[in-house]
Amino acid sequence: MAIQKIYKTPDEVVADISDGATIMVGGFGHAIDRPQTLIKALANKGVKNLTLISNSAGVAGKLGIGSLGGKPFIDEEILIENGQVRKVICSVPASLVMSKPNAFERLYREGKIELEYVPQGTLAERIRAGGAGLGGFYTPTGVGTLIERGKEKRTIDGKEMILEFALRADYALIRAYQADTMGNLIYKGIMRSFNAIMPQAAKTAIAEVEEIVDMGELDPEVIITPGIFVDRIVKILREEG
Amino acid sequence: MKERLSREVIALRAAKDFFDGAVVNLGGGIPALAANFVPEGRTVLFHTENGALGFGPVPSSELEAQPHLMGASGLPFMPLPGMCFFDHAASFGMIRGGHIDITVLGALQVSEKGDLANWTFPKRGLGNIGGGMDLAFGCRKVIATMEHVTPNGELKILTECTYPITSPRCISLIVTDIAVIKVSETGLVLEEVAPGWTVEEVQALTEPKLIVAEDIKEIQL
Repeated sequence: MAIQKIYKTPDEVVADISDGATIMVGGFGHAIDRPQTLIKALANKGVKNLTLISNSAGVAGKLGIGSLGGKPFIDEEILIENGQVRKVICSVPASLVMSKPNAFERLYREGKIELEYVPQGTLAERIRAGGAGLGGFYTPTGVGTLIERGKEKRTIDGKEMILEFALRADYALIRAYQADTMGNLIYKGIMRSFNAIMPQAAKTAIAEVEEIVDMGELDPEVIITPGIFVDRIVKILREEG
Repeated sequence: MKERLSREVIALRAAKDFFDGAVVNLGGGIPALAANFVPEGRTVLFHTENGALGFGPVPSSELEAQPHLMGASGLPFMPLPGMCFFDHAASFGMIRGGHIDITVLGALQVSEKGDLANWTFPKRGLGNIGGGMDLAFGCRKVIATMEHVTPNGELKILTECTYPITSPRCISLIVTDIAVIKVSETGLVLEEVAPGWTVEEVQALTEPKLIVAEDIKEIQL
């Protein structure tokens, strides 16, 4: 069986992403969990009108929050700064340091970018539901707050809940620790976060990894992301940490 | 000016409520400091929403820190035997599913009924809901830690929150730099006051009428 998922360069691996695509961007917000190589490749490519589904709108990288020694790293802020993004669906849009607004805040105040606020747990579950073929789910999170606006409400087991719909995307850009040539992935420490739930919710999932190994080299007992969820693999460029 | 409790002491007081075996999630700011004050003889399992449970303290030296061992507040943690990792859907399943016993969160405002507002205020417009809303809705016990009033002297414990709320009726205990207040069905119960503070002085900085506990005492540390 000829399965060819390994790409030589970050530019090749994002080459077919076009204007208007909906893209999930993995990780929580630490340097080690963000797909920095792929984000940079997408910035180089310059595609526009993107909708991003991510935990944040790029709030940590420039400030070096979430890296050892406070070293700045790449996150979706570079895409937003470039004017490549039309809308962000996230839980953390605003800068973590109020006195240092991020690119998203500046564009949002100018009315140049859209926002859909999603509580983090609801975001994770909407993505999980998307990957699992579900239409949505009822959650208590957000009842009685601004989040419930316009949403169907139902009392289940005596508890008020709101209906939240599944999320799917054209592409998922994620980072893992190791891949085998089948696309099976393992992670290290906190790397799983949104990385391990996004590939299955996207038509095309692209993983950047520290190391690519031959089939059979990863213990099947510890594989976290089964290879059928992953379409393309590329090695992390070291300079991007 | 009367002396107020430091952020560390507020965190220390909140940590006194960590029971042996509790699963605890700490928000950023004052709550994160509570990790250093687990009462002696008790074991607490710390949870971080970015996918780790049962981890150790912040490393004493930067050399020991590792990039794949970091909590949601951005601080590194030490590995500990029995620690485990998981993805975000599982992590928030733990939170919403009632598997986290206690969360300590910062607060901008808390209402008489225990409503919490902590993610934005009108002047900023934007804000970060992050994982705080799920924590406030899902954890069995939610403790708010905060300074009793804003730096400009505005009250923060109010009859009704004026800022957008994070979760209604979620707070059960408020620990501030001058008092410990329990949220009850009948109202806010003043249980402890900081050294040198009187009931009347705390009441003057609190909008709702406080019920004074029969056994009110000085904050024990």
